Amino acid sequence: MSVSRTRSGGVGTTLLWVCGLVLLTLSVAFTITIGPAEIAVGNVWAVVGEHLGLGDSGLSLIREGIIWNLRLPRTVLAAVCGAGLGLCGVVMQALLRNPLADPYVLGISSGASTGAVAVVVLGVGSGVATLSLGAFLGSLCSFVLVLVFGHLVGSTPDRMILAGVAAMQLFSALTSFIVMSAADAEQTRSVLFWLLGSLGGTGWEEVWPCLGVLLVVLAVCLLKAPALDAFTFGHDAAAALGVSVTRTRTSLLIATALLTATLVSAAGAIGFVGLVLPHAARMLVGPGHRRLLPTTVLVGAIFLVWIDTVARTMLDPQEIPVGVMTSLIGVPAFAVVLYRSRKTRRS
Amino acid sequence: MGLRAERVSWQVGGELIVDGVSLEPAQGETVGLLGPNGSGKSTLLRLLSGVRPVSAGVVSLDDVPIQRVGRRNVARRIGVVEQQADTEVDMTVFEVVGLGRVPHRRPWAGETAEDERAVRSALESTGLADKAGRCWHTLSGGERQRVQIARALAQQPRELLLDEPTNHLDIRHQLELLGLVVRLPVTSVLALHDLNLAAMFCDRLLVLRQGRAVVAGTPGEVLTPDLVAEVYGVRAEVTADGPEGRPSVRFLPGEPVEQGTASRG
Repeated sequence: MSVSRTRSGGVGTTLLWVCGLVLLTLSVAFTITIGPAEIAVGNVWAVVGEHLGLGDSGLSLIREGIIWNLRLPRTVLAAVCGAGLGLCGVVMQALLRNPLADPYVLGISSGASTGAVAVVVLGVGSGVATLSLGAFLGSLCSFVLVLVFGHLVGSTPDRMILAGVAAMQLFSALTSFIVMSAADAEQTRSVLFWLLGSLGGTGWEEVWPCLGVLLVVLAVCLLKAPALDAFTFGHDAAAALGVSVTRTRTSLLIATALLTATLVSAAGAIGFVGLVLPHAARMLVGPGHRRLLPTTVLVGAIFLVWIDTVARTMLDPQEIPVGVMTSLIGVPAFAVVLYRSRKTRRS
Repeated sequence: MGLRAERVSWQVGGELIVDGVSLEPAQGETVGLLGPNGSGKSTLLRLLSGVRPVSAGVVSLDDVPIQRVGRRNVARRIGVVEQQADTEVDMTVFEVVGLGRVPHRRPWAGETAEDERAVRSALESTGLADKAGRCWHTLSGGERQRVQIARALAQQPRELLLDEPTNHLDIRHQLELLGLVVRLPVTSVLALHDLNLAAMFCDRLLVLRQGRAVVAGTPGEVLTPDLVAEVYGVRAEVTADGPEGRPSVRFLPGEPVEQGTASRG
C-alpha cells in the first residue's frame, strides 16, 4: 500500500504491461518444457513457428504432438483461466462493492458446474457449445439466487458471502445428486473434475471458446472502466456520476457469468484466483479500472500457468487438480483480505 | 434557466414522500432545505439530481426535463455530496477526487491534462492540495466530506446538491465546511438540520414537513417561533442578533404554547 501515491504514472503502467506480456510468454514457453518428456525452450518456439507457417520445426511427430497437442493447449488454457477468473473477480468486487467477491466464493462456479454436469449426465448433448450453455444457465441461476437472497438479508459484504456459501453448498449438493442418481462409473469420476477444477486433458477445442469469450468480456469491461470506478462509493454515487446503474450492473454481471461458465465448462471450478489476484494487481497499479483490468488479466494468467505447472509436476506421476492448489494458496490469502477489510472499516 | 423543480412529487407504496414541491434557486445562491427527519429533504435532493424519477411534476435543467438531458450530461452539470460516503477500496485523496472526472471521460481513453487540471483546482479550492496523496481511510470525517465536495467540484458543476453534509462533524468543521460551500462559485442546495447554521449560511430557506413545502424565503422571513413550533413541535425564541442581523434561534424547554396541527409525540 503506497500512501504517497497520487497517480500511477501512465508510462510506468505501460512498461508494467509490456513486462507482464513478456513474462507471460516466457512462462508459457518455459513451463511447457517441464514434464516427463525432455523438451527444450527452443523446440517450443520451433513448433509454434511451424504452426504459424514459418517452416518445419525439425522435430519428430511425437515430440511435436506432445508440445502442440498436449502441453501447449493446457498451458494456454491455464493462462486464459487465470486471466478470466481474475477479470471476473475485479468486476464483481467493483459492482458488488465487496472485496471478498469472486465467482467461486459466491457460488457462481458451482452453479456452472451443476449446469455442465447436468448436460453431460442427463445426455442433453456433449459438444463444447451445449456444455457451455448448460454451464451458463447454471451460473446465471446461482447468480440470481445469490443476488436476490443477498438483497433480502441486507446486501452487506458479509451477508453476500453467506448467501454465496449457501449457493455453493446447494449447487455442489445438486451436482452430487445428479451424478449419484444418473451417472455411470466413468461419469462419477469426472464429477471430481467439475468440483475441484482441473486442466488435465485439455485440447485446442476447449481453448478457443474460452479465449474468445475472455477477449470479448475484457473489451466490454475496458469500455466500462470509468463506470466501474464510479461504483466505488455506491450505487447512488455512481448514478450521480452519470452511470446508468441498472443497465451497467446487469450487463456486466451477465458478462462475468458467461465468462465464468465458459471457463468452468473447460476447466471446472477453480477457486480463489478471482478473489486474490485483483488485490495483488491493486497493490501494483492502484484502484483505477483502466489500469487494474489489464494488470489483473496478466497477473492472473502468469499465476495460473505456474500454479498448474506445480500441480502437475509436484507429485509426479500423480497429478493434483489445479483447483486444490489454488485453494491451498487462496484460503490464507482470503484470510489476509478479510483481516485487512476489518481494519479499514474500524479506522 | 438553471435547475428548477415544479410541483414535483415522489411516492413509494402509495405514500407521498415528496408532495408538490417547487424550487428555483437563483444563480450562485445557497438554498437550505429544512425539516424534521422523514420530511422529504433527501428525496427532494435525489429528484433534483435526477437519480430518482419524479412521480409527478417536472425537474428541469435550462428548461429541459432532466430525464431527457441524459445521465452523463446531468453529471457534468450537477455535483452531489451524500450524507456519508465510504468505501472499502484503498484510495488516495487524489484518486477519490478523480472520480469526479468519470462523466467527462471518453470510453477507452485515460486521464487527460484537462482532468488533471480539474482535480488539482478542486483540491486547491477545498484546501486539500497538500493531502492529495493521503489514503482515504486515514482521513477524519470532516476531511472526508471535504474530499467529497472536491470530487463534486471536479465534475465542474454549476449546481451542487448536498445532503446534510455537516452530519457527524464537530462544530468547527461544520462552520468550516459550510463556509466553504457558501464561497464556492456554484448554486448550492443543501439539506440541513441545524437551524442556526442554516440561518447563518443560506441565502434562502425552504421548510418541508411530511413532503410538503411549508414556507420559503430568506432566513429572517422563515425562521419564526411559530414556524419552529409548527414544524418541529419545539418551543423557541428567535432574535435578530446573528451575523449580519440574521436570525438566531434559541430552544426552550417545555411544550410550545400554540402547536397548530403538529401532533403530540
